[in-house]
Amino acid sequence: MKMCASPQKKVIVIPCSGIGKAFGSISRDATYEVTEKLRGDATQTLCLALLVSGDEESIQLVRNNACITVDGCPLQCAEKNVKLAGGNLVSSFRVVDAYKENRHLKPRAVTFLDRDGRQMALALAQKIAKKVDDLLGEQ
Amino acid sequence: MMEAEEKKVGIISCSGEKCVEGTISRIATRLVLAKLRPNETVTICLPLFLAGGKEEREFARDYPTITVDGCDKTCAKLATKRYSGKPASSIVITDLMKNWQCANLNSRRELNDETLKVTRKVADRIAQEVDEVLKHWV
Repeated sequence: MKMCASPQKKVIVIPCSGIGKAFGSISRDATYEVTEKLRGDATQTLCLALLVSGDEESIQLVRNNACITVDGCPLQCAEKNVKLAGGNLVSSFRVVDAYKENRHLKPRAVTFLDRDGRQMALALAQKIAKKVDDLLGEQ
Repeated sequence: MMEAEEKKVGIISCSGEKCVEGTISRIATRLVLAKLRPNETVTICLPLFLAGGKEEREFARDYPTITVDGCDKTCAKLATKRYSGKPASSIVITDLMKNWQCANLNSRRELNDETLKVTRKVADRIAQEVDEVLKHWV
């Protein structure tokens, strides 16, 4: 598994941000939980649409740093697009897996996450943060 | 797929993760879909559209679209133009901000009162564009 080569490098967490269902919103919220709170110093996110549009700066960012994708649906747009851009994909998370592990939660709201949606995002974020720690520990 | 005669406008939001304007584009689009014009609009997942989603591209080719971009990189507008044809209307949040003089926009995640107010204004603007598109539907 490839990993960041210098301390300045960050783990890039990239959600799909799917707009039609709650799972897309959860992918986005989990990403912000990691990049703004849980592991703010070690991670950052980027605009997936900009990456897929061929933005050179975004392409270099995913190629030169370890990337974690967070997808809402089985189409896994974030994972596929990071791979297509030649990104250094080290781990992929799916909201559907978080759903299977937290069946007591029933997220419904899409625009503004409801309590179950926020809890699922938090549970997923904690797993992503753990993965970030593992990656940094390998350095 | 919907009936050919059904009038629907596709709203394509950039949902940019890196800036608050991306969040505004996303939530404003959702407000139009869920509250302001639920019967007249549908949305298209931009990453899926960009990744080659066949149904998404066909819809955007056959029906009018409104793109909502957070910044002047206009990913949603450029992608729609490239893969499905020119959007009927394009909104760029940072352009609107210049005229609205918004000072206190906050986090990409939790919107404060001012950001929420701006988001509702953007949603109203999108809804107006939807009405215009439907008015000129042939």
